[in-house]
Amino acid sequence: MTVKTLPDLKPDAELNLPPERERTLANGLTVIAIRRSAVPLVEVRLRIPFGRAPLAPATLLSQALFTGTGDMSSIDIAAELQAVGGSLGAGLDPDRLLISGNALTDGLDRTLELLASVLTGATYPAEEVSVERERLTDHIQVALSQPAHVARVALLKRVFGAHPYAVQTPAPDQVREIRPEALRELHAARVRPSGAVLVLVGDIDPDQAIDSAEKALGGWTGSAPDGSIPATPALTTGPLLLVDRPGSVQSSLRLALPALVRTDPDYAALSLANLVFGGYFSSRWTENIREDKGYTYGSYSSVEHYVAGSTLVAAAEVATEVTGPSLLETQYELGRIASLPPGEEELEQARRYALGTLRLGMSTQAGLAGLASMYAGFGLRLDHLREHSAALSAATREEVAAAAAKYLAPSRAVTVILGDAEKIEAQLAALTVVERSAA
Amino acid sequence: MAPKIKIPATKYPVERLTLGNGLRVVLSPDRSAPVVGVAVVYDVGIRSEPEGRTGFAHLFEHLMFQGSENLEKLAHFRHVQGAGGSFNGSTHLDYTDYFEVLPTGGLERALFLEADRMRGPRLTEENLRNQIDVVKEEIRVNVLNRPYGGFPWLKLPPVLFETFANAHDGYGSFSDLESATVRDAQEFFDRYYACGNAVLSVTGDFDVAEATAMIERHFGDVPARPAPVLPDFDEPGLTAERRESYTDRIAPLPAIAAAWRVPDPIGAFDAYLPFAVLAEVLTDGDASRLVERLVQRDRSATTMGGYLGFMGDEYQVRNPTAFLLQAHLPPGGDADKVLRTVDEELDRLATGGLKPGELDRTQARMATNLLQETDGVLGRAQPMAVLELQRGRPELLNDLPRLISEVTAEQVAAAAATLRPENRASVEVIPGGAA
Repeated sequence: MTVKTLPDLKPDAELNLPPERERTLANGLTVIAIRRSAVPLVEVRLRIPFGRAPLAPATLLSQALFTGTGDMSSIDIAAELQAVGGSLGAGLDPDRLLISGNALTDGLDRTLELLASVLTGATYPAEEVSVERERLTDHIQVALSQPAHVARVALLKRVFGAHPYAVQTPAPDQVREIRPEALRELHAARVRPSGAVLVLVGDIDPDQAIDSAEKALGGWTGSAPDGSIPATPALTTGPLLLVDRPGSVQSSLRLALPALVRTDPDYAALSLANLVFGGYFSSRWTENIREDKGYTYGSYSSVEHYVAGSTLVAAAEVATEVTGPSLLETQYELGRIASLPPGEEELEQARRYALGTLRLGMSTQAGLAGLASMYAGFGLRLDHLREHSAALSAATREEVAAAAAKYLAPSRAVTVILGDAEKIEAQLAALTVVERSAA
Repeated sequence: MAPKIKIPATKYPVERLTLGNGLRVVLSPDRSAPVVGVAVVYDVGIRSEPEGRTGFAHLFEHLMFQGSENLEKLAHFRHVQGAGGSFNGSTHLDYTDYFEVLPTGGLERALFLEADRMRGPRLTEENLRNQIDVVKEEIRVNVLNRPYGGFPWLKLPPVLFETFANAHDGYGSFSDLESATVRDAQEFFDRYYACGNAVLSVTGDFDVAEATAMIERHFGDVPARPAPVLPDFDEPGLTAERRESYTDRIAPLPAIAAAWRVPDPIGAFDAYLPFAVLAEVLTDGDASRLVERLVQRDRSATTMGGYLGFMGDEYQVRNPTAFLLQAHLPPGGDADKVLRTVDEELDRLATGGLKPGELDRTQARMATNLLQETDGVLGRAQPMAVLELQRGRPELLNDLPRLISEVTAEQVAAAAATLRPENRASVEVIPGGAA
């Protein structure tokens, strides 16, 4: 066997942002158009602020938005979109309604026309709404049988308490009560262009694409009431919350920790500290509980950003019989990163990963569209990538250690574990104070 | 009605070469973003597992990440991610792939890493035991601890097929996984992981001459070993309907999936393509036939899906394979009624043909989906490697939107006519977790 040496990396070229134009239309809609011409498609993202919208009607609205207009049925809308290679769908989170889709480039104008007819003329026909209502309640029922969903529901409630972010999925009974009229009223009040951002990315001329958007969507008018959400509460630590799932062959381990918003001067340092701890495969946490001990298929930690605040969430599904040992190793790795500075080489590795994944994320139309739309939701533009790259490059070992000490300390964690309580409660009680969930 | 939209095509360049040791290489440069994709595909998958070793192809895929000639355990992950990249691997019925996507400057490193494990992974007892544990957790998270786990990709093959190769559980039983040995792994590597049994592909931001020199440098001295003889996994089709059911202890609602054999995806590609179009005519979006009928009108299903290949890899699978339909049902839903309605709609399509515009719009949407998949470097590296491996035809990736657009309404109707109740295999999920 001959010894071979790993080739060096070639330094990255300067970060190149794609050609981009932006215009705010008279109706208050901001349109951002970005050119990436690799494939003859265009990606569409329309972000409409939806903070404080009533949860059950808003969720059903997102499912029923495309079910009919004055002169088109749901089938007509879908068929007309398909004819230009297009498709559009809607989703909801506590901050916004997001309409997303794509089409062949030649179909951009038609796609925008169809989008406009839904935005200005969705009728929520009774029959179609009732179909979507039943589908949504079934979908929620299935979600409630998924451990990852149930663990998340418990974590959100524990982290956000009385804050509007605490509940993000409606109960089936709440959905069953909604009549089409409620959707029409909600649409009239909240599906408005003022403050909304449309992102178009693809094989387009950005100026022409904005002209097309102005022509198609200029007749969409009005503004919505203020939906701004109060800042998220600080985490309150307490006993480990144990949620029983009898017969579960794995336990869902979730830890929430405080975090920083993207524009905070210490955010890059926190991002790097998170990577070293658990934010990618080559992190201490994954190398420990997967590659050394075989407790899990995967563990992952990341900062989750909402408009009103950010939280760091660490998640792993671990075998029932090693739930206690998994928590022990997790606390050990959090304690280690919060107490001792990271190694020089492991920090450089995390830094290169962070910088590289930014470039990978920008390398497709869909990636760019998602990034530009997501940033726009926080009042940022793609050029924020340049600032963030510079901050990632500049963060020192001391700054990363300081961020870790402040934000990744296990004493600040809120822990929720979903699993077979009969089998795991004693394991967990050996390590910390455990409180059983009432649910 | 608006005029028919023109179906566009990509023109990704494709260069093919074969090294002296028999390794086939596909290069497809595209400098529109500063990233590269690297894929190595080996011509071995779930169907080649020996009896008593279910799940072994996938377990072995894990072992290929556990160190190699010049690399310690963990080194592969660290070197890819430390170059700003991402990695993964996946095990399919007919192939196993390994891939990286990285910023441009990491290309040579990725080639080094792939070449090193092609020369030989470090197969140790400790790593084997560790990865058996990891794979068991993977099976728990994806199959045992969630509703509808393995539905239908692990549940339908034993209904449709008879032979071990085609019918067995590709994730594997815990007892088979636990009895795997280092010696099994070494034999599996020696037999199937020959460079003559592999394809390397590189896509994205590179110069062909420079990349060729790098590939020669790193892969040129991988020992030449010939490919094993490719087995024929064909078996006779069904002569009578087969219907099975099982209770999913977690699922709250019923579900049903059905499968029919289809023409050889490679040997009879022209006859196979209409089935790809048929799947979309039936299930793509609110204007598709089965969604309109079953979800919206009858409300006998809440979701409806249709596709080719148990793993959805329609252009990356060999004969025998299947056309699949699957539906989730509302509370108390009647699976037999869903199947009867499917039969009725297939009959209607087979005898009445397509409506004006129905085929054109379906083909336009299929073009968008195909084109979008190729926008990322891995969306080209991975399929091009498999298309070279299985067909010697990586440039097919550029041609697919056009070939799909050339399928005729008569071909789609004729495809529908072959999906009969008497050659159907189906499996029903009985909800055991109803609240």
